[in-house]
Amino acid sequence: MQEPPLKMPQTNPAPGLQGFVDDWSSDQRAFKKVSWGKAMMWIFLLSDTFVFGCFLIAYMISRSSTVSEWPNTSEVFALNIGGTELPLVLIAIMTFVLISSSGTMAMAVNCAYSRARKPTALLMVATAALGAGFVGMQVFEWSKLIHEGVRPWGNPFGAEQFGASFFMITGFHGTHVSIGVIFLLIVARKVWKGEFDRDERSWMCSGKGDYEAVEIMGLYWHFVDLVWVFIFAFFYLW
Amino acid sequence: MTQTEVNQSQQSATVQAEEDHQQHPLRIYFVCWGFLFVLSAGSYMVDYMQLQGLLRWSLILIFMVAKAGLIVAVFMHMAWERLALSYVIVLPPLIILMFMVIMMFESDYTVLTRIEEFSP
Repeated sequence: MQEPPLKMPQTNPAPGLQGFVDDWSSDQRAFKKVSWGKAMMWIFLLSDTFVFGCFLIAYMISRSSTVSEWPNTSEVFALNIGGTELPLVLIAIMTFVLISSSGTMAMAVNCAYSRARKPTALLMVATAALGAGFVGMQVFEWSKLIHEGVRPWGNPFGAEQFGASFFMITGFHGTHVSIGVIFLLIVARKVWKGEFDRDERSWMCSGKGDYEAVEIMGLYWHFVDLVWVFIFAFFYLW
Repeated sequence: MTQTEVNQSQQSATVQAEEDHQQHPLRIYFVCWGFLFVLSAGSYMVDYMQLQGLLRWSLILIFMVAKAGLIVAVFMHMAWERLALSYVIVLPPLIILMFMVIMMFESDYTVLTRIEEFSP
């Protein structure tokens, strides 16, 4: 008697909702054609979405329930460049730097799947450099505000809750960027050494000459950019 | 790389084909990148022009949603994933929206009691 195959053949899903229901009610695995590494990174990012969502909601509560006036972020984050006061200019530059880094990361993922070892590594190093530049500007911004007397319990510009929200939200985001920079460099080094070309298992490398670690790293990096989009809109512009 | 190594990596690439790889033409990334720059410039202009009130808030939200959508759909490849994964990732954050609405009522109540209690 012939034994049934252990792994069912994977077919394309039925269109629309039916495909979703089929995948989820099927045996074995729900995320077909998606490696466990990528699925788990997505689920981690979902949980991180909730963390940042809670921070932004906490900020919303403190801002809308305070009786004193909220500081005008446009003025607080203005910089004096060449004699003119430019509103929010540092934050705008930080936004563009982070978007550029997202672009170089997308290029890196593309190169990785063409198995172009050196361009991938160089693009990831460029991404890490832009990320480090972002963190550097954030350090500048923090020290400027601390120097001006902004504290988690009060500030000279208005509502006391401003400092706590600012340090909590941008601090947590900056930590994410810093961790991302470290991991970008680690993965870039592995790419440069050709570890993803060899068919052997190592840390973050599933063997079979697979470059998927670069795409998973890219998911994390784009998420960091995504969170900044929301912080920029709600904290700096609102 | 020697010839045998090249052969090996090509073989392993065919073994790997069972799992979908996200490779798309470069053009789409450049277009998306360009749009992200334009949208960011737009949202900065909202502040630079000092737009106020409903116009300011709606423009901020429109630019934000457009940017977030582009990043998730193109850069994070969500547009090409199977619905089984997309729904699991995209739908749960809607709970955050609900939480936000609940907390809006809560903070309205808080600010009312603060005005009531602490006004001279």
